[in-house]
Amino acid sequence: MSLDIETPLIPNKHLLGIEGTTRDQIELILELTDRFAEIGKRPIPKVPALRGRTVASVFFEDSTRTRLSFESAARRLSADILTFSAGSSSLSKGESLRDTVEVITSYGADVLIVRHKMAGTPKRVSEWTDASVINAGDGCHEHPTQALLDCYTLKQQRGSLDGMSIGIVGDIRHSRVARSNVLAFSSLGAKVTLIAPKTLLPPSIERWPVDVSNVLDDVISDLDACYLLRMQSERHSKGLVPSLREYTKDFGLNERRCKMLPKDALILHPGPKNQGVEITAEVSIDPRSIILDQVTNGVSLRMAVLFMLLGQHETYQKDEL
Amino acid sequence: MADRERRMTPPFGGVFVASARVMSRDDMARAIRRMAHEVIERNQGSEDILIVGLQTGGVKIAENLVKALEEIEERGIESGCLDVALHRDDIGLRPVVPEAVTKLPDLIDGKTVVIVDDVLFTGRTIRAALDAICHFGRPRSIQLAVMVDRGHRELPIRPDYIGKNLPTRIDEVVDVTEEGVDLGVMRK
Repeated sequence: MSLDIETPLIPNKHLLGIEGTTRDQIELILELTDRFAEIGKRPIPKVPALRGRTVASVFFEDSTRTRLSFESAARRLSADILTFSAGSSSLSKGESLRDTVEVITSYGADVLIVRHKMAGTPKRVSEWTDASVINAGDGCHEHPTQALLDCYTLKQQRGSLDGMSIGIVGDIRHSRVARSNVLAFSSLGAKVTLIAPKTLLPPSIERWPVDVSNVLDDVISDLDACYLLRMQSERHSKGLVPSLREYTKDFGLNERRCKMLPKDALILHPGPKNQGVEITAEVSIDPRSIILDQVTNGVSLRMAVLFMLLGQHETYQKDEL
Repeated sequence: MADRERRMTPPFGGVFVASARVMSRDDMARAIRRMAHEVIERNQGSEDILIVGLQTGGVKIAENLVKALEEIEERGIESGCLDVALHRDDIGLRPVVPEAVTKLPDLIDGKTVVIVDDVLFTGRTIRAALDAICHFGRPRSIQLAVMVDRGHRELPIRPDYIGKNLPTRIDEVVDVTEEGVDLGVMRK
């Protein structure tokens, strides 16, 4: 292992996005993840690495797997956990975001895992607190740990993302997962194609390092991996697709398209799936689907991220990403 | 001291300058063979023995000890390796590096585990190793073999098998490689 310890690679205090993260940093996280995956297989899958540290999960938006996997990652590292959910908090009494963050910090949180429907909230939060901040999804902006675990899952299957052709299909416009993944995949040397109807592509698309297609059938046979996104109907302002049925007909991964997908290609989905919309039930259990691996790897990856932000010598920490 | 630890230990690196060679390659080979005999003598054979090398300095020595045991006993000896980085009490005092590989047999209950490391110093690594091993199961007993015992213990830990007792000053550094054991200091 050739690691230059003199110039440490992950000195950041926060993980706010893949933007601004170097390839070396991403690769270090993936390498660390391998080691943390081993801990998950032990009879007692727990190490005392973050004993006495407090991890606060601060979710202003619903989540199942991101929250659960962050919390089980923290438990496996023996950290203490504070849980905040917007629904059951004083937010409903009119408390401001900043006050809420300051209260949580004053209970001794060393890291805040923040999810919010407004893009940029984790960055704002990081300005209000001394704790580290991890972005667990902010609006349509970024979801860095999802992108990192997707990279890890692909790397686990293929050894490297270099030269891979990855198609991201669906609601790119509203997807923070797509944004983070485009940056992470291309940073690791993959060629990314976005596949969506024009209405579901973001306005700034020409600045992204990607190819674009509006017809899934045209490109599906060239893909090494097919990444399906969830239709984020809750973020749609007006009818961007004529109907879900029409979307499914053109962009859903069904058995017919599955046959066009190369035999050794991989199928990914960040969850939660809209079964019957972007993916059919049969395709979810296709042997090429690595959707469950993504879930499993989420815990190991988030252990690596928590450990990197909390378990390191302070002289090795820069202030800002 | 393993390369990894040397680069990580505050004040973060420097250059190792050797002042004396205290064991040659042959000395180490002889010490390994003697320790192998001692392991067999102490445990009345090699039944249920599991040799565990600590990452990174202890792994090579553990391999050699296993070879010596297998030659003497003419049977296979179980072995594994363990990285204790995440069980250390000085975590946070070191920068993050990818943890080295941990590989132990699925079942260690009832085994006699012999932990192998290159240098025994404060004893904190061994404390971490005891903690880690107990997360894998309940061995019948745990013993400790080290190539060099340099003193300055900070915990009530003592080795069962010692390659060489080496009195040192606390600011000195002991460097164990395949070539031999050197005593020296770190220079910035």
